[in-house]
Amino acid sequence: MSTMDLDTDSRIRRILEEHARLGRDVNTIADGDSLYDSGLSSHASVSVMLAIEDTFDIEFPDNMLNRRVFESIASIREAVDELLT
Amino acid sequence: MSSRSRRQLFDQLVEHGHFIPTGVAGLYGRGADFEDGVERVGQMIDRPSDRDGAERVHFPPIMSRPVLEQTGYMGNMPHLGGCVHSFAGDEARHRELLARIERGEDWSNFLEKTDVALTPAACYPIYPMCAADNDGRLHLGGRTIDLLAWIFRNEPSDDPARLQAFRQREMVRLGTPDEVLSWRATWMERGLALLTELGLEVEARVANDPFFGRTGRMLKANQRDQELKFEIQTPICSETEPTAITSFNYHESHFGETFGIRTSNGEVAHTACLGFGMERIMLALLRKHGMHVHNWPDDIRHALGYDR
Repeated sequence: MSTMDLDTDSRIRRILEEHARLGRDVNTIADGDSLYDSGLSSHASVSVMLAIEDTFDIEFPDNMLNRRVFESIASIREAVDELLT
Repeated sequence: MSSRSRRQLFDQLVEHGHFIPTGVAGLYGRGADFEDGVERVGQMIDRPSDRDGAERVHFPPIMSRPVLEQTGYMGNMPHLGGCVHSFAGDEARHRELLARIERGEDWSNFLEKTDVALTPAACYPIYPMCAADNDGRLHLGGRTIDLLAWIFRNEPSDDPARLQAFRQREMVRLGTPDEVLSWRATWMERGLALLTELGLEVEARVANDPFFGRTGRMLKANQRDQELKFEIQTPICSETEPTAITSFNYHESHFGETFGIRTSNGEVAHTACLGFGMERIMLALLRKHGMHVHNWPDDIRHALGYDR
């Protein structure tokens, strides 16, 4: 993994720490773990979405404003990568 | 939904004295037969609710504005709410206000906020009420509340089934996730049975609230994916676009968290509510059985207690 990739992942994790209001420490959550199972509510997922857009200067199209995209750190990472290219 | 069929239904309602126009779309008086019918539908709902031992309360059509802010309504559906503002100026200001009215100009900025807002959801006053009892700690088995509430929604429309002021027969269940979800499932079946007994063609479907804006699109998708909201729908103005006449809403821990309500074992309480749309049910009955209530089929009149 390049330093840019690490940067994206760590930025996503920082956003989750700040906005996701999870019941557990983000460091204990693996990339593929369900964020919903870790306590991510739909309102908090909206805050996460807005923070991701702000941080990465991207805009999620309507078809990506759904539950699946914000399911895990890996799925968020995939979405961000897609929108950055 | 054709505007012609809306117009036709509206005209029939006015002609038969069920709706009394006021000059504002979605704001109508109701006639005696209409109101009597609404009350009878309410009595049908009373029976299973009483057997459940639900607590009956009653709240006015306005609520605390700070509580409204706390519910997060202004984040979700700001376009549907309404707040009460009133004049608190002096005599000079009053003269200016009257001059504005005289000239037909906007006088909104002469009003100031008050502590009250129109109630956009019948269950809202229930949460602070439960939070204030026993320090927000529910007793074993949770709590079930039953109320008839006047609701305001800022959506003027020529659809006679879309009113700005209407009543919901609302029930709220607070407790553990299992208690709340099984209560919702029970009432969905009861609701379908009751409305079918009244001769209506009804169907339960997954639905979503009209959340505002882009973030609203995400909330809608979430709500549907998780099946948090169901509606019982029936044709009123259109066969192809039926109208929701009852809704069943699971809030997970949102209100328990927001208002500090806990179950008897200390967990954040989950809540759900259901709302029978009283005017919409009456409209569905009038559309199905005819505008003259005394000509309705005998079995329907019997179910509604007209012969007692």
